[in-house]
Amino acid sequence: MTSNNDGFGNGTTRRKVLECMTWAGTGLLWMVSGGVPRSLGLVDQSVAQEKQGLTFLQISDSHVGFDKPANPNAKGTLEEAIGRIKALPQQPSFMIHTGDITHLSKPAEFDDADKIISQAKLDVHYVPGEHDIIDEEAKLYRERYGRGSKGDGWYSFDAGGVHFVGLVNVKNLKAGGMGSLGEDQLKWLAGDLKGKTASTPVVLFAHIPLWVVYETWGWGTDDGARALDVLKGFGSVTVLNGHIHQVMQKVEGNVVFHTARSTAFPQPAPGSAPSPGPMKVAEDKLRTMLGVASVTFKRGDQRLAIIDTPLQG
Amino acid sequence: MRVLLMAFAMGAALACVLAPLAAQTAIVEVKIDNFVFSPERLTVKAGTTVTWINHDDIPHTVAAKDRAFKSKVMDSDELFSFTFSTPGEYSYFCSLHPHMTGTIVVEGTTGSSASQ
Repeated sequence: MTSNNDGFGNGTTRRKVLECMTWAGTGLLWMVSGGVPRSLGLVDQSVAQEKQGLTFLQISDSHVGFDKPANPNAKGTLEEAIGRIKALPQQPSFMIHTGDITHLSKPAEFDDADKIISQAKLDVHYVPGEHDIIDEEAKLYRERYGRGSKGDGWYSFDAGGVHFVGLVNVKNLKAGGMGSLGEDQLKWLAGDLKGKTASTPVVLFAHIPLWVVYETWGWGTDDGARALDVLKGFGSVTVLNGHIHQVMQKVEGNVVFHTARSTAFPQPAPGSAPSPGPMKVAEDKLRTMLGVASVTFKRGDQRLAIIDTPLQG
Repeated sequence: MRVLLMAFAMGAALACVLAPLAAQTAIVEVKIDNFVFSPERLTVKAGTTVTWINHDDIPHTVAAKDRAFKSKVMDSDELFSFTFSTPGEYSYFCSLHPHMTGTIVVEGTTGSSASQ
């Protein structure tokens, strides 16, 4: 986990946001409240439940079709994740899936993923991962999830007073580079946000982290900073990503960056292994490293909470 | 080699195949291990067939920067071969993980000073 409070408290910014992070056994809950940092202590689900307002879930990196030693049954752990979502006492408004739905973009993998994820009986807003657009022209992904989207599959929608933007940063990648949004998408983003008031909370979601987590492994987006430039005037920006199969969070000014766990297999912490490939862990540890994230927005008191819940532990 | 040539003919402009590792002789190999092409820079004579092998648990591709060649996705232990007939320097990368890059240098066969 990294945290950047650059410029904080030096009086040069009009930041209304303070952040407070608390780690607990079941997940991470952090909270922002107008000017006053608040610690919530131990995280449990009841904390989330007493909050009113918009709650949605993020799942990521299902990799349906993956059957290697790091998790021979990625389908099974996705089923477990969906089972946990179904069992939530208070149902979220919808889900976002931040890509790598499948492992190899095969029709049967998309079918299996749909069959499992639809059991949650929630609307799901997808963005593709690089594993979902392996086939030529990304035909399979676009047929299933691309309806109503622009360009390579980007789009926006509003829910509960929050503006959501789904971005695609896994197409037309350049040799030696990382994730990429491209000119067309950046132009669209600027147009999409035009007319939104600065007080509108914005959630950007995309597969590869929009911030540079670890350049050596390509964990970042070449032109991600340009997307954030467009959002400079907004008071509350939350960036939700997947791809790196672990929880990581950074707060920079009024922007919160957060990555979710995979439901399929863990990946090593940046630089801690020879490569970012699937990490084999002890059987009884696997489910502590897989999971989903829940995000709650409550307008008025500028409160925002992200809770990462592992499948076990 | 015959398999390669047939596939070439059938696949029109497709100068590549994903094929099981058959009993081919003198394979010039580039291994993919831990998200790295190895050797990262390889020098061969014109006419040489280079075969990439993916040893990772994650799929990769081999894509020329100038689009001279591009493999289909290679899952674990799958291969991709390409025959380099024209001398020159070919930079390539994995289109899924673009930080993975490599170069094939193809030398002309006529030049007597050509060495590896």
